[in-house]
Amino acid sequence: MIRKVPVVPCSGIGKSLGAAAREAAFVLSEDLRPGDAKVVALGLLVLGDEDARREVAGGAAVAIDGCKLECAAKGLENAGAAEIRKVAVFDVVRKHRGLKPEGVCDLNQDGLALARAAAEEAARIVDEIVAEESRA
Amino acid sequence: MPEIPRKKIGLIACSGEELAEGTVTRRAVRRVLETLRPDDTVTLCLPLFLAGGEGERAFARHYPTIAVDGCAKQCAALATEKYSARPAAAIVVREIADETKQTAIGTARKLNEAGLRLSEAVAERIAAEADLLLKKKSRER
Repeated sequence: MIRKVPVVPCSGIGKSLGAAAREAAFVLSEDLRPGDAKVVALGLLVLGDEDARREVAGGAAVAIDGCKLECAAKGLENAGAAEIRKVAVFDVVRKHRGLKPEGVCDLNQDGLALARAAAEEAARIVDEIVAEESRA
Repeated sequence: MPEIPRKKIGLIACSGEELAEGTVTRRAVRRVLETLRPDDTVTLCLPLFLAGGEGERAFARHYPTIAVDGCAKQCAALATEKYSARPAAAIVVREIADETKQTAIGTARKLNEAGLRLSEAVAERIAAEADLLLKKKSRER
């Protein structure tokens, strides 16, 4: 059985881009690739939870980060992910200059559109990982 | 990096992305920060403890913090203690959900009406803890 690709969003609580990263992970795992992607909570990786570490250790995983501090990617690295493929929401927003994301708990329409764009980028990465792991 | 003001309480939400209760922690903490106790609280980002956020670690070493966790794993409380210092108070959403009989609260992506009510109850609890800590801190001076 082929595993679901673990996806870890940042837990940023201060800015809209962090909230968009979180929403992107939900769009990816619930709407775009429900059969191939699974959200793993970053807080569990920060704590060092063994079950969460097992989910990500030794394989490829996707980090969706809101800012350049890249907490999600660092959390995956710390948990032993063999390969970390990154989606940077702060780069995605540059590609969609018309979007003005606002809100944290409740993203505005532009924030939701940004999350969708980030999720689509993540979906392409998930497809690549699934294809590579199917061939292996 | 958060500023280090006098007499402020740091709030740390677990944000657990796998549980609706994680979303409640975020909403409740933001509610306290934005509306209930804006002059008395700051938020600290839990993953920054691991990712090298020295500002976060320093704040939690020198100022009281309240960890707000979704479930009994208490990632926020334990990680704060692991990387910095033991929180002055710890709140677990699931315990408040049980007390208030609000257990079907929606999903991590979208809370339902019960989830929003639970967020409000958790926010009130956080604000009450913050008030207690600030009074205690004033008495210590």
